[in-house]
Amino acid sequence: MRTETRLFSGRDAVLYSALISAVIVLFVASLAVGRFHVPLKEAARILASRIVPLERTWTPQMENVVIRVRLPRLLGALIVGGALSLSGAAYQGVFRNPLVSPDLLGVSSGACVGASAAILMHWGAFAIQASAFVMGLVSVAVASSIPGFFRNNTTPMLVLSGVIVSGFMTSLQGLLKYFADPLDELPSIVYWAMGSLGSVRAGEIKTVGFVIAAIMVAVVMIRWRINLLALGDSEAKSLGVNVKRLRSAIVLCATLMTAGAVCISGTIGWIGLVIPHLGRIIAGHDNKRLIPVSILLGAAFTVAVDTCARNLTSSEIPLSILTGIIGTPMFVWLLFAQKTAI
Amino acid sequence: MTAGAAVRTETKIPALEADGVSFSYTNGHPLLEGVSFSLFAGDILTLLGPNGSGKSTLLDCLCGILSVRAGRVSVNGADGSSLSAAELARRVGYVPQTDMPAFDFPVRDYVVMGRAPHLGLFETPGRREYEIADETLGSLGISHLADKLYSRISGGERQQVRIARVLAQAPGVILMDEPTNHLDYGNQIKILKLVAGLSERGITVVLTTHMPEHPILLDGMVGILDGRGGFSMGSVAEAISERALRDIYRVDLRLVYIEELGRLACVTGKLKV
Repeated sequence: MRTETRLFSGRDAVLYSALISAVIVLFVASLAVGRFHVPLKEAARILASRIVPLERTWTPQMENVVIRVRLPRLLGALIVGGALSLSGAAYQGVFRNPLVSPDLLGVSSGACVGASAAILMHWGAFAIQASAFVMGLVSVAVASSIPGFFRNNTTPMLVLSGVIVSGFMTSLQGLLKYFADPLDELPSIVYWAMGSLGSVRAGEIKTVGFVIAAIMVAVVMIRWRINLLALGDSEAKSLGVNVKRLRSAIVLCATLMTAGAVCISGTIGWIGLVIPHLGRIIAGHDNKRLIPVSILLGAAFTVAVDTCARNLTSSEIPLSILTGIIGTPMFVWLLFAQKTAI
Repeated sequence: MTAGAAVRTETKIPALEADGVSFSYTNGHPLLEGVSFSLFAGDILTLLGPNGSGKSTLLDCLCGILSVRAGRVSVNGADGSSLSAAELARRVGYVPQTDMPAFDFPVRDYVVMGRAPHLGLFETPGRREYEIADETLGSLGISHLADKLYSRISGGERQQVRIARVLAQAPGVILMDEPTNHLDYGNQIKILKLVAGLSERGITVVLTTHMPEHPILLDGMVGILDGRGGFSMGSVAEAISERALRDIYRVDLRLVYIEELGRLACVTGKLKV
């Protein structure tokens, strides 16, 4: 049996290096593009000068725009895109359904309520983020504990609980919007709920971004075990898997990542559903390959979309509008390309 | 000779032992009541019993998916409940009734999942694991399926792939829930031959079936669950009689010795008398 050479060799290495190159190219290109134009070569040199000493061929203004303004925003795009796609792929694996997105258990709708309440209270930026994060987690905690009351810990029951909690949170959100001052608070709420990377600060990247990255590493390490959950509970159990613990751990990680991403950017739809789907077509369902591929695709996609968001018109377009406009036709195409039964 | 064999048996540790295993689902009548047996390396135990008599439940209890209400299951002399889930999975493999995984994996990726109990929590299968998967597929003569999708192969091939997965798991005991279910007659016999082959490798096999012919062909031990919690076990000659079969299936069944084949056969009477 000399078939094993095909396993890791060529195909995977080519796939990963192609995706990593795509992320790097988009990243550097996006550093250069904007209302203040920086030549592509200079943008790359400014970025490289942070690691290796280079002769200054650029103006201080260029450096300021690239490092202070665009770099944090792009890092935010990488982290948010990677985290949402990874969470989506992980949620789909755990709930054994490719149509699941990371807000299944209400993390996004909960976060919206938290942020809206904080905006109505005129709290500061940090408090808005904290409130969104906490309410996102509270929603998931409530949704995950409902099945316990019915002594019915099946996946459909959990999904139903997620629908219930999301519905409740959406109504609360409506109530908060109804009471909001239409001149000042309402636009902030709406803008927050549609997602934007326009206000990302370097400090957030260092704190929230670091936590998200650490969780990402943990999920990447455990990713192959998600395959075992696809077999069903008892079969996974017969392979020595502690199904309950594994599932809770992955749901917790994915929820924390999504809530963290929402802190940075507000809620952004579609990435967590469409990108893992695209990943499944490119890399197959084996999470060993799918998870890294989803992270890279999500990062590249979000960088590209955010670049469009800040360049297409004179004012910024909220991200969810673009991800929806690009994501939905893409999703139809993906479903068509797969043709297999969902 | 027989005395020698008996002495050897006395000193050997059973590969799988059930001691007074009882089980009932919540607020139901007891399904299993004091089931006891000992199986040694290479033994085959075929479980017969009417629908709902607890055959699958017994398998679930033996591999720790369900916890027994009373009694205990020992594997190689170690109490099953004292073993970690992974340790138990390295000793006892389970092939449940056919169902599709939620995601469609290529056969090699599916078979390599059998290595899960041998890998740490944060490990992914490496070259060695895929080699084991390929060798296992080769040993069953189905290497050509390795790159095909699990959903795109036939029912008989799928059952062989499932057996490949449990062999990659490398347990000493393999439990199979109706391994011949939904298969055409030829594939049923193929799977039975495979089971006999596992026994020759020294693996202890417990399987359930609805076909009384199967235990006769396998010629190992036969266990009968009567549906009221009772369990009896013996060799084919001891456990299988027309009376016992009629008790299970409630139809006119005959055991006929067929000279040409040199074995018993189980046949039903006419539909219209």
